[in-house]
Amino acid sequence: MKKRSLLQRSIITAVITVIGLYIVIGPHGRRPHLKDFTWSGVKANLAQNIHLGLDLRGGSHLVMRVKTEEYLKRLTEDSAVAAQNAAKDAGFDVREAHAETSAGNYRVLLTLGDPSKMNEVRDAVQKKVDLNDGAGWSFSGSGATAAWSLSGSAQRLLAESATDQALKIIDSRINAIGVAEPTLQRHGGQNSNRILLQMPGISDPEHVKQLLAGQSHLELVHIISPASPQPAQTYMTKEEAIASLNSGGNIPASRRVLPYTEREDQLSTEANANTPKPKKFVVVESPAIIDGIDLRTASAIPERAGGDKYQITFSLKKNGADKFGTWTGANVNEYMGVVLNDEVKSIAFIKSQIFDQGEITGNFTKEQGEDLALTLRSGALPAAIEYQEERTVGPSLGQDSIRAGVQASLLGLGLVVLFMLIYYRGSGINAIVALLLNMILMLAGLIIFGATLTLPGIAGIILTIGMAVDSNVLIFERIREEMRSGKTIPSAIEQGFKHAFVTIIDTHVTTIVSSIFLYFFSSGAPMIRGFAVTLALGLVVNLFSAVYVSRTIFIWLLSRKGRRAESLSI
Amino acid sequence: MLRLFHEVRIDWLGKRRIFIGMSILLMLAGMGTALYRHKFHPNGTDAFNLGVDFKGGTVVTARFKQPPAVEALRSAINAAGVHDAVIQPVLDKPGEFLIKVPHQGAAEAAETQAGVDAARANVRKALNTFGPEADPNKKTLDEDPKAAYKIEGTDAVGEVASKQLRNQAIAVTVAALIGMLLFIAFRFEWTYGAAAVIAVFHTVLVTLGLFSIFQIEINLTVIAALLTLVGFDVNDSIVIFDRIRENRKLYRRMSLYDVTNLSINQTLSRTVITSGLVFLSVVSLVMLGGQTLRPFSLALMFGIMFGTYDTIAVAGPIMVWWERRIEASNRAAATRQANAAVTTRNASRTDRGRKDIGKPSRAA
Repeated sequence: MKKRSLLQRSIITAVITVIGLYIVIGPHGRRPHLKDFTWSGVKANLAQNIHLGLDLRGGSHLVMRVKTEEYLKRLTEDSAVAAQNAAKDAGFDVREAHAETSAGNYRVLLTLGDPSKMNEVRDAVQKKVDLNDGAGWSFSGSGATAAWSLSGSAQRLLAESATDQALKIIDSRINAIGVAEPTLQRHGGQNSNRILLQMPGISDPEHVKQLLAGQSHLELVHIISPASPQPAQTYMTKEEAIASLNSGGNIPASRRVLPYTEREDQLSTEANANTPKPKKFVVVESPAIIDGIDLRTASAIPERAGGDKYQITFSLKKNGADKFGTWTGANVNEYMGVVLNDEVKSIAFIKSQIFDQGEITGNFTKEQGEDLALTLRSGALPAAIEYQEERTVGPSLGQDSIRAGVQASLLGLGLVVLFMLIYYRGSGINAIVALLLNMILMLAGLIIFGATLTLPGIAGIILTIGMAVDSNVLIFERIREEMRSGKTIPSAIEQGFKHAFVTIIDTHVTTIVSSIFLYFFSSGAPMIRGFAVTLALGLVVNLFSAVYVSRTIFIWLLSRKGRRAESLSI
Repeated sequence: MLRLFHEVRIDWLGKRRIFIGMSILLMLAGMGTALYRHKFHPNGTDAFNLGVDFKGGTVVTARFKQPPAVEALRSAINAAGVHDAVIQPVLDKPGEFLIKVPHQGAAEAAETQAGVDAARANVRKALNTFGPEADPNKKTLDEDPKAAYKIEGTDAVGEVASKQLRNQAIAVTVAALIGMLLFIAFRFEWTYGAAAVIAVFHTVLVTLGLFSIFQIEINLTVIAALLTLVGFDVNDSIVIFDRIRENRKLYRRMSLYDVTNLSINQTLSRTVITSGLVFLSVVSLVMLGGQTLRPFSLALMFGIMFGTYDTIAVAGPIMVWWERRIEASNRAAATRQANAAVTTRNASRTDRGRKDIGKPSRAA
């Protein structure tokens, strides 16, 4: 029976070792050939199988936060305009529309001319605008004020969806730039609205950063001006523009005053390029005819063949094109403006009905033009993003870290091996086999789970060496004790393993429990996560290598010595 | 065979006053330094030398072909409008400097304060006065013959993110301690768990105290190191507790005091060998691991030393003291109402207490 058990144990050990070794140094996704058995082949496979973290490999690590409060603010303001328009369209007298947007508090307020019509106004508004319970808005009316406030849970939900939307847009921008093997994911806990972007190999992310954060909110608006052939109405100062509204210095919700830079002024020469360009102001209608989301394509082309100035041509999606076509058909000879990021880029009058084409001129250089077209194509970010963490590692810094980590590991391992051989003699070999197997299986585990090896991960490996040796020390010390108390060698080994096993399980489970805690509480710190994963993996593997395999070697030794084994090198 | 300890019979618990006194002294020294620094800021130091991870700001690692003097670098960086930068040559890599820039929040618009600021660009502007930067497409500085320096890496953390990391670091440490407390309480008794956790907490405090005294930087990797210490330390305690549990079944007439001493002595060689070996690996990490890992390795080195000490000197005595108090209160309760049931929780304890801790203790 002993023989059978030994055979079974040996087979299990051998199979797991071979599988582990193959996972670590074997080729993946193709059949092995002879070259894989050479030293350089092994090294190449190893490098391919183990995913190195950014700190070892070089690259950049960006954590950004979507300013969702901006998104909620705009949503509330837009809703206020829409609510006012809906109430007016239904024939109610609305004195004032107001959006209250402080942190955590988003409210739409309408001041009614006739407070007794409160419920009718509510119904009329909610029929047209999404200010109902289903969208998270709750209504309350007091005096002449009708108020809709956005609940906390709806705020969180909207912020989450804005973050998801930003993630998608950033993803398409990253793809358009052609970053190799990027990692893009949500970062931190729920409601933190953060996004993590890792780009291996890019150690100067300045251009990518600008491109990602690039705001490109494109609108087509109706400009309040006498129709062509009169020139478009512009104002020299903002105050002048506001005064033209005759609304007592306030801008009503249905109007916006935007800066406008005239084409001629922009054709400045290099000499005075640094002097501020004279800006004019125009009054436009709100909401816009077309918002950026209706854009189908955008590309940068030279303004003139062979010129170095670029312009953007764009076309609209079907929905937008229909809306645009209807509007332009009804407003021939009116002025229309192309607004980019709240600045009027160009003004044109409508000669005839236009459906889906347009252009933005603005003296762009080739790079500016292409970047702008790219951000336009990928759509507008729901809100601005800000960078909260930026870490870059150059390739040589990473290589130095690998070298330092590997050297330290090897020295540590060497010292441990030396001690074990001196102190436990023959059984020391047993411990060393267990240690090496532990390291192989740990790396195999990392590869199977697709985990990345980081600098703290290497530290985790070094600590696992410590824990693995501890298991062997516990077992060996116990066997020695049992031998001293006069037991035969086979029974000392059996008792030694039996008693030490309880302790080993206790120590391992405690550390694994804390690794699990570490893992779940470190969502914002991937480095600590890498450490937790290596440590937990190493400990689980250790239960196999230090207990099962080590025991198998002892059984094998005993079977060679026969039943009357009288000495054990320990 | 080689043996480290031969039939040791040390009365560890008898020396508990000295041990606990020493521990309290060490803790007070560390915490005292931290408090003093927190209050008076000698030489501009703070309670803890927090890295950018926890304080916010930027660290730029730059390598030069002809390393300039630190003073020349500082004045160039000041001239570029970056204030209070700390410039630190990397000892094991000649020509390399760490330029630590605190958050320049005040100069920025209020809106962007939460994000990282443009310290990298500003530092680059300053470094450009020493010659051109290496082509970013070149892997190393030496590959670009015209370049004078290369930015090898940056770490920039915004204020909000650093606050979140700080909170998370504390949460992780506390969570790990609670997880262990629960597990030990489940496997042994809650007094054992509490004793082990108090001992670990003591190690963490002493290590942090040393970090304050020597002003070693505390960053994310140090937190990882502290968590490892927590694991190792509790391991040591568990090995002894396991032995106590086993010995109490074997020697039913022996007092807990003696059983604990016996168990500590029996596991002494294991404790010393394991800690010694881990210590060796850690020392190799301190020596070869490079500057990046140095705070991490140092945290481990201090922690392994105190962790080994506190399992014997702190965890054992606290556990014995606590168990005895429970035993005493149970006995008092039992004499007062001989037949009445004590609280359910203590019922099993009374039973066990009578059976196991029969002999009056020597130190009582």
